Amino acid sequence: MANEAKHAAGHGHDHAHDHAHDHHDPKWYSPARWLFSTNHKDIGTLYLIFAMGAGIVGFVFSGFMRAELAEPGLQLFNGTAFGGFFGTEHNYNVITTMHGLIMIFFMVMPALIGGFGNWFVPLMIGAPDMAMPRMNNISFWLLPVSFFLLILSMFVPGPPGDMGFGGGWVLYPPLSGTTGHPGLAMDLVIFSLHVAGISSILGAINFIVTILNMRAPGMTIHKMPLFAWSVLVTAFLLVLALPVLAGALTMLLTDRNFGSKFFEVSGGGDPIMFQHLFWFFGHPEVYIMILPGFGIISHVVSTFSRKPVFGYLAMAYAMVAIGFIGFVVWAHHMYTVGMDVNLKAYFVAATMVIAVPTGVKIFSWIATMWGGSIEFKVPMLWAIGFIFLFTVGGVTGVVLANAGVDHSLHDTYYVVAHFHYVLSLGAVFTLFCGWYYWFEKMWGIKYNGFIAGVHFWLMFIGSNLIFFPQHFLGMQGMPRRYVDYAEAFSEWHYWSTMGYWVAAAATVVFFIGLLEAVIRRRKAEGNPWGEGATTLEWTLSSPPPFHQYNDLPRFK
Amino acid sequence: MRSGAWKYGALGVASLLGGGAAWAAPTPGGIDFQTPVTETAKRVHAFHTEVLIIITAIVIFVTLLLVWVMIRYNKKANPNPKQFSHNTTIEIIWTVAPVLILVWIAKGSFPMLYDQDVMFGVKSLDNLSAQERAAEVELRKEENVVDIKVYGNMWYWDYTYNQNTDREFIVESRMLKAGDTTRPLKPERGDIAQLSVDNPMVAPAGRYVRLKISAKDVIHSWAMPQFALKVDAVPGRLNQLWFKVDQPGVYYGQCSELCGKDHSNMPIELRILEWDQYNQWLAAAQADPTNGGRAYLDSLPRPRPSPTQVAAAQ
Repeated sequence: MANEAKHAAGHGHDHAHDHAHDHHDPKWYSPARWLFSTNHKDIGTLYLIFAMGAGIVGFVFSGFMRAELAEPGLQLFNGTAFGGFFGTEHNYNVITTMHGLIMIFFMVMPALIGGFGNWFVPLMIGAPDMAMPRMNNISFWLLPVSFFLLILSMFVPGPPGDMGFGGGWVLYPPLSGTTGHPGLAMDLVIFSLHVAGISSILGAINFIVTILNMRAPGMTIHKMPLFAWSVLVTAFLLVLALPVLAGALTMLLTDRNFGSKFFEVSGGGDPIMFQHLFWFFGHPEVYIMILPGFGIISHVVSTFSRKPVFGYLAMAYAMVAIGFIGFVVWAHHMYTVGMDVNLKAYFVAATMVIAVPTGVKIFSWIATMWGGSIEFKVPMLWAIGFIFLFTVGGVTGVVLANAGVDHSLHDTYYVVAHFHYVLSLGAVFTLFCGWYYWFEKMWGIKYNGFIAGVHFWLMFIGSNLIFFPQHFLGMQGMPRRYVDYAEAFSEWHYWSTMGYWVAAAATVVFFIGLLEAVIRRRKAEGNPWGEGATTLEWTLSSPPPFHQYNDLPRFK
Repeated sequence: MRSGAWKYGALGVASLLGGGAAWAAPTPGGIDFQTPVTETAKRVHAFHTEVLIIITAIVIFVTLLLVWVMIRYNKKANPNPKQFSHNTTIEIIWTVAPVLILVWIAKGSFPMLYDQDVMFGVKSLDNLSAQERAAEVELRKEENVVDIKVYGNMWYWDYTYNQNTDREFIVESRMLKAGDTTRPLKPERGDIAQLSVDNPMVAPAGRYVRLKISAKDVIHSWAMPQFALKVDAVPGRLNQLWFKVDQPGVYYGQCSELCGKDHSNMPIELRILEWDQYNQWLAAAQADPTNGGRAYLDSLPRPRPSPTQVAAAQ
């Protein structure tokens, strides 16, 4: 006791002499601060930087695809272009596969869950840090390792005579088995996803424990901010879904290397079983990517309407419902595998049910704005843009839910358009929404509103121009994952590629905005958004102190 | 590239003028389904149009709401925000209304699904005249159903015809390429790049055709947009599709499950012939399966306009 008292007194002394910084707030350039970090804000920052880097790679890959598809014939992947740099058609498949895996596992998930989740769940619930700070460290540092393995897979043998794994992010055997890819590349992909899965599971456990145990006194679960709710639901989905993927991947690994026959027809196995296991993970995964965004949108809409969230409890439990139903609809990704018609009918019914809680969310966001006093600050632009685009992506989901129609649209560009509307224009819009909403809070500087506005409008125009014409391509029957196509499809592919260049310009503007903010260093305010911003993070300085809430906030 | 699109537009016009046998492929700049040719596909097309109207209405409704709140409740128009956060009535409405819409969609969706998946469809024969019913019953007899086995391979399709066991033969079907020596792609003959093959699959008009579909290496997917059909070709599994087309013609589809390097280069060309022509083709192809009865097919009138016909139409 005496020691503790002395210790405390010592701290007081340090503070008095302004030396506390040396002890509590290590310099930003100290490698130890980042490598050994147990601070949720630092780890959140690491996640965001990592996601940005991986996002650039994934975005450049999509540029390769759009350049290839700008017109019929082989432009890049013909073995001779740019001195043969792009290789042959197989490499196009590698690029689409890597684009998918990178954007899902190394961009959207790290940014929304690892980045914003780490930064703001403790701040919003009034916790000093995450429950298990060292596990938080390993959760992050597994990711670069995993990413390295994935990138490495592109440079080792895959199918006979080619490098890398080009079997799509869904990894269906036998193409991902020794039949299609006997080389080491697929084993590295499996290992990479195992490591990424462990990273996500550890992170998810940390969020669940933190949210259930470390809320500020007075903050019952039904008073908790919706972003914390969204991360809680997401974390449960991760803990329940990822082990199934890990199991499927392990079976694939033993099929490939140790002679098991889980998915090998020659030994009595069934490749369709892999698809069931994969989509039992894969469907919850798409909600894992969008739910944290739902949380962000709720806060932004409420803040800039200066009005409390409409139907808070319905909003929270709509996310729970979406998460729950997300586990019982997986085979709507498999309508064409040859399922029994009665099974298809069940999955049609279950899938359409998801539209109901999703509708509740859309209408509740609009009801939050209704009667409010809306300020069109940059985060609000992204939020309104999101609500519109997510509605477009959602209703095409209702079309695809009908197995009878999906027989025509399955594996066409209609599906590509649908899931990019909910992810590239959905999840990514929420990501930028959160980025601009919390920019001052995180970095302690202000962004330039004009540049950020230009970023929004270029991105809005660009991504719509990329993906809206793809609905038409899909209706006309243009299949996915095609490096070359009949000339009749060229019109809309051309416009889609034009859209990519607009989106690329938007990305450049994003980084210009970031650079401008860093150079100008306009001093941030603790709460730049005024009375509408009611969650706990706005009671702190910007950036928040290295350790916050030494005295726990009381929540009424 | 642009001018090419117009040329295809002209071909489309010419095919309308030409009449007779159908040919159909993706339309340049097209935004809708390819023209449906079977009863099943027409039903899917009609259902999709209904759903498209509903979802468009929903998007317009949400957009109008957003525009309204942006005009009426922005900072200038409404400086003092209200603080309500509940309204039980509206919450019940926006939960129940979507449910009703979904039930309405499901009402059309389920019969359409069963109509596709159940052999011969679910159409009742009760409404037919006695004569029509007798004809239909005759067509549905097992010996009158045409069976074709379809195998996906890396990277081509093969079709096994075994209507009579003593005549079983296999036709291999590979995409035509411009540089090939045996049968190069010839646009002036009416070949379409990335869609035309050397030996098309051939089936009769006016009969129920049953496809048994599987694969020999990895998963492929046999798709025929104009019939609203698609099913995966999975090694170790035998999937089934059925169709009945009344109009002879040529129809195109493409492999629809990623199967490796040349996934984009294994299209499906389906030639529908009148019953007696089909039988002549069977005999010719059995005699020389390597060439798939190509000479006989080439001797038939073209089911699609040649560039000369297009020029004449213009």
